[in-house]
Amino acid sequence: MIKILDQIGRYFLMLKEVFNKPTKWVVMRPLIFKEVDDLIIGSMAIVAFISFFIGGVVAIQTALNLTNPLIPKSLIAFATRQSVILEFSPTFISIIMAGRAGSYITSSIGTMRVTEQIDALEVMGVNSLNYLVFPKIIALILYPFVIAISICLGIMGGWLAAVYGGFVGSDEFIRGIQTDFHPFHILYAFIKTFIFGFVLATIPSFHGFYMKGGALEVGKASTTSFVWTCVVIILIDYLLTQLLLS
Amino acid sequence: MDLRGNHTDRLSFNPVTIKLMIEVKDIEKSFGDSKVLKGISTTFESGKTNLIIGRSGSGKTVMLKTLLGIHTPDAGTISFDGRIYSDLDKDEKRALRTEIGMVFQGSALFDSMTVEQNVAFPLRMFTNKRSKEIMDRVNETLDRVNLKDANKKFPNEISGGMQKRVAIARAIVNNPKYLFCDEPNSGLDPETSIVIDKLVQEITKEYNITTVINTHDMNSVLQIGEKIVFLKNGLKEWEGNNEEILETRNKSIVEFVYSSDLFKKVREALLADEQEHHAHDNDKKA
Ligand SMILES: Nc1ncnc2c1ncn2[C@@H]1O[C@H](COP(=O)(O)OP(=O)(O)OP(=O)(O)O)[C@@H](O)[C@H]1O
Ligand SMILES: [Mg+2]
Repeated sequence: MIKILDQIGRYFLMLKEVFNKPTKWVVMRPLIFKEVDDLIIGSMAIVAFISFFIGGVVAIQTALNLTNPLIPKSLIAFATRQSVILEFSPTFISIIMAGRAGSYITSSIGTMRVTEQIDALEVMGVNSLNYLVFPKIIALILYPFVIAISICLGIMGGWLAAVYGGFVGSDEFIRGIQTDFHPFHILYAFIKTFIFGFVLATIPSFHGFYMKGGALEVGKASTTSFVWTCVVIILIDYLLTQLLLS
Repeated sequence: MDLRGNHTDRLSFNPVTIKLMIEVKDIEKSFGDSKVLKGISTTFESGKTNLIIGRSGSGKTVMLKTLLGIHTPDAGTISFDGRIYSDLDKDEKRALRTEIGMVFQGSALFDSMTVEQNVAFPLRMFTNKRSKEIMDRVNETLDRVNLKDANKKFPNEISGGMQKRVAIARAIVNNPKYLFCDEPNSGLDPETSIVIDKLVQEITKEYNITTVINTHDMNSVLQIGEKIVFLKNGLKEWEGNNEEILETRNKSIVEFVYSSDLFKKVREALLADEQEHHAHDNDKKA
């Protein structure tokens, strides 16, 4: 328990250091572009694939469970929209990202630690935390855009699966999507993903930066970092849902 | 570009310190239960190539990293031209570090960058030079370490010896005031080793740098050992220069210096020669 508190303390000290003494903009700018490329653009394909099919699966599951003829078929669309916007895209995709972007971050920073590249930065007088972590945080500010795309693809997947699976007509599905729509839910999804983006950038960085040992430990650090990122994402999800929706 | 300029500032700030040097006083460092440095004091003067020698595992790397502030000493002080490291605040420490060049034992090149980006890094980070100037300086430096045609390659595409030379180029590109090298010529062929040793000595003299080199290469010791600190079991066993090291009777040194059969034979020959000389002198006296 004390160890966990100690870790949490160190995590916040790390955050303070990340925003301390910024690196020159000419040096920082290409780093940010590179991280956008690696973390955002590079994750697009897997996010698109998963969102599309999850949307489809949700639609089919709802359709199969709708046996009561009194309930309108448009509910399939309504249920798909709600689950995609509220949970599947923001939370589920973030867990996927904890695996993809998160372990990439931990292993790349961890390797730099093991091969003394971080020491080399520090010896030169570079604020290595700012240099390494800040561009990742900035890149992941774009993370809500990823989720916006994921939401669109998820609903599209639901629509295709429901219509071409013969569960509901296209018109009725589209009517269902518009039923009882609260724009606040979109905002809620974006607030969540904005915070998840920050978590996705910083917790894996923390585990990579403070790791000790050799190549084997880099692998272990990635695993630990994945577990912690997921735990924190789920906890924050719970808290935000309580705070914002109830 | 030239960092030498502010020497005068520091001299007027502390008129007593005329000699520029790194002063180490009673530093100790342990990891867990094992005490690696057990109270070491010495000085490293500017314009000289200072060597730290000792067996593998004797604590050379730990000593160097402690000087650099990568390891915090458990006791003792380190001062750079009068500036006591542990008394500096965070920003002052960073500023001091921009005056340091370091060659790590494992090179520690940034593997996401090409050779020329690695060497250009300190310049892009800490100077306001334009790209053209930076590239000129980078090429000039790579030339000095005898490395051509590798500019666009990544560290994992070049040999270990080439990586070492890139690391040296990166350390010296921004004209450091202090240069630290952890076994700069391990993994290099004898010829390149000598080129590197000479280069380091040359720039040390040229810019009056305070250079500290870890090594267990006897060639380097004899070639550029203007000041040698011999570490054994966490203590300073001996210090002197490359002439004294050949004459000392200190048993550990003799064992260390003459560990190879070739050197043993050379020593025997030298000693025999000396005795003959003595005998000759005595004959004359008689
Ligand atoms: N980070 C560390 N944690 C724990 N022990 C360490 C650490 N670094 C070094 N040591 C220990 O300190 C001792 C000295 O190691 P050091 O790397 O300084 O040797 P060295 O003289 O540089 O050897 P070599 O010539 O092989 O490089 C070793 O026994 C090593 O196990
Ligand atoms: Mg060593």
